[in-house]
Amino acid sequence: MSNFRAETRAWLEENCPPAMRSFMPENEQVAGGKRAEYVRPEQKIWLDRMAEKGWTAPTWPKQYGGGGLSNEQAMILEEEMQDLGCRVPLRGMGLSMLGPVLLEYGTEEQRQTHIPPIVRGEIRWCQGYSEPEAGSDLASLRTRAVLQGEHFLVNGHKIWTSNAHVSDWIFCLVRTDPTAKKHEGISFLLIDMADPGVRPRPIRLISGASVFCETFIENVRVPVGNLVGPLNKGWTIAKRLLEHERKGIGGIAARNAAKFEVPLEAVAKQFAGEQDGKIADPILRDRVAAYSMDAHAFQLTRRRAAEEAEAGAPPGPLSAMFKLQGTELNKRRYEMLLEAEGFQGLGWEGEGFTSDELRFTREWLRSKANSIEGGTSEVQLNIIAKRVLGLPD
Amino acid sequence: MALILNDEAQMVRDTALSFFRERSPITALRKLRDDNDPVGFSRGLWREMAELGWTGFLVDEDDGGSAFGMTGLTQVMEAAGRTLTASPLMSTALLGASLLSLAGSDDQKAEYLPPLLAGEQILALALDEGARHAPDRIAVTAARDGAGYRLNGEKTFVLDGHIADTLIVAARTDSGVALFLVPGEAASRTRLAMVDSRNAARVRLDNVVVGPDAMLRRGPALDLALDRARTGLAAEMLGSAQEAFDRTVQYLKDRKQFGVAIGSFQSLKHRAAQMFCEVEITRSAVIAAASALDSGANDAAALVSLAKAKANETLFLCGNEGVQMHGGIGMTDEHEIGFFMKRSRVAQATFGDTRFCRDRYAEAMGY
Repeated sequence: MSNFRAETRAWLEENCPPAMRSFMPENEQVAGGKRAEYVRPEQKIWLDRMAEKGWTAPTWPKQYGGGGLSNEQAMILEEEMQDLGCRVPLRGMGLSMLGPVLLEYGTEEQRQTHIPPIVRGEIRWCQGYSEPEAGSDLASLRTRAVLQGEHFLVNGHKIWTSNAHVSDWIFCLVRTDPTAKKHEGISFLLIDMADPGVRPRPIRLISGASVFCETFIENVRVPVGNLVGPLNKGWTIAKRLLEHERKGIGGIAARNAAKFEVPLEAVAKQFAGEQDGKIADPILRDRVAAYSMDAHAFQLTRRRAAEEAEAGAPPGPLSAMFKLQGTELNKRRYEMLLEAEGFQGLGWEGEGFTSDELRFTREWLRSKANSIEGGTSEVQLNIIAKRVLGLPD
Repeated sequence: MALILNDEAQMVRDTALSFFRERSPITALRKLRDDNDPVGFSRGLWREMAELGWTGFLVDEDDGGSAFGMTGLTQVMEAAGRTLTASPLMSTALLGASLLSLAGSDDQKAEYLPPLLAGEQILALALDEGARHAPDRIAVTAARDGAGYRLNGEKTFVLDGHIADTLIVAARTDSGVALFLVPGEAASRTRLAMVDSRNAARVRLDNVVVGPDAMLRRGPALDLALDRARTGLAAEMLGSAQEAFDRTVQYLKDRKQFGVAIGSFQSLKHRAAQMFCEVEITRSAVIAAASALDSGANDAAALVSLAKAKANETLFLCGNEGVQMHGGIGMTDEHEIGFFMKRSRVAQATFGDTRFCRDRYAEAMGY
């Protein structure tokens, strides 16, 4: 393992362009796809080099373009990347959600077709789960897919389809048996958004950005081969994918604590002043400590869970706990930043504010979605109560 | 730093859990309270605990211990916390053994450690002097008296102080605070009846003269022993929180109102789930603190403060919610859930309440 660490570090030092060892603003995150736009050329170079090694998806099997690393090796890679300040070369729902599900439930043909382009960042995926009338009660979704010979005919209306307007494919939950009980008539379908019947429309959010869309699906013909798992058994896959999604969202706090993030205590010192090395306002100092301690204890819990998983403990509904705690902490972090900054933390745009201050305003607003997307905090509490504590319905 | 237990620690954990369940359920604490037991714990039980080796976890092998460390002792203390067992684990196996091992001379170790290890003698650290834990505020004096020292002043909330064979007294000398081994009967001692029915005492020292051989070596021993105490207590509190939580969840499943189990109500479910998260998070912090102390990691002070603060908050939560969710029956003395809430407050105040821990954490982190 120490060999692997040394080799990995040497490779990263050699191959990660200096520009990719810096703080990554939101607009420089790389999600790939046919319509990918790169602010700087190094983003594409870095992506291609990492994809070549399969390290955009370090633990996926080599045969599908992944890195073929063990969990322990992947952890070392992550640690070395963090230590050098390397940016994550590629992010997206293909990597964090669809890929793991295809590896588990997909046919060989589906894996061969879809996984390598995900690893290389060639195809960008989005998620067609929620509908206007199916939010927390996801299983009440109504998008219809009717089997007609070798095709499904799909009609429906999805919402909160993040980045649908810049995505190439969408994985969708569709109702294939309207007569069955609501959890039992759902299937998991892969849909090519090149079809003109798939029309995404961006939604302007409170942060001013439009990362979410609503997506209309009208008379779209989808080949039967794009059905993942058995017909009408999509709910099992849907839930598994949500576990992956929650893991990703719950990890937000970890990412923000990374090398280039501005520490909360530094912001507090900057605005409240410093006395004998301490944040001069004792109440703010106490609140900063209270938050930081909760975040610290949460990180320790993530690490403990990772060690338990490595030692063979089965992963389970604990992802609900990490999603809940991670997102609530992330929201609290932004509230603390704003509190420390006073008026200076409330700028919207233009002069009078630093770029960090303006960024925090937008990120504060964006963070409010963390405890809604991927299942609200209240839904996570329901899951813990039911599946961990065994409390009755 | 490992955050999962090795096989050895797991074995200690299993032994301790079944030991306390069988030998010292909460009825034992109730009986000590109702009998107004003059000792405040069972000496027989303590000897059994000593036979299991638990008094020697923080003592070097050369001195008759096993040097198993805080990772081992926190397993025992967590198990003791599940049944709210009253015992000298903190006063003697943790603080007494630590201070003697870390700062005792060979003669002091030879005199005090064997009976300590055998469960025959009780030690108590006489440190705090006011209503809050403040290890830096020591007013008790130790003035030179011939070759020895003359001690004067008052200590309070001394755990097991009223029956300790030997007190370890923190006193101010001309060259800073030092620790002195003082025979228990040399002090005038008043037992304090605390809300948790556990031992604490006020200890008055009036011209108590001790020889030069009574002083422990100066150095960082007290700080390290206190960090062990905070971690050990955090482990005990984690055990109590886990138990209060488990009992409450069981009650939510058993108790029926409106024709259904009350655990089917979302207002209770969500709070139970919240408690579950807090207990799990506290567990991580406690394991990390014990591991950091055993390996001498330089972030130990921060991790210890974190563990004690989380344990304070979590036992507070589980104790309060335990009583509330048990409803009327939770208010009765006959039911055991109230014991957890009572223990919570005393344990919170002991060796650093939450604001003490936050202040120390912030300091350790450079703000």
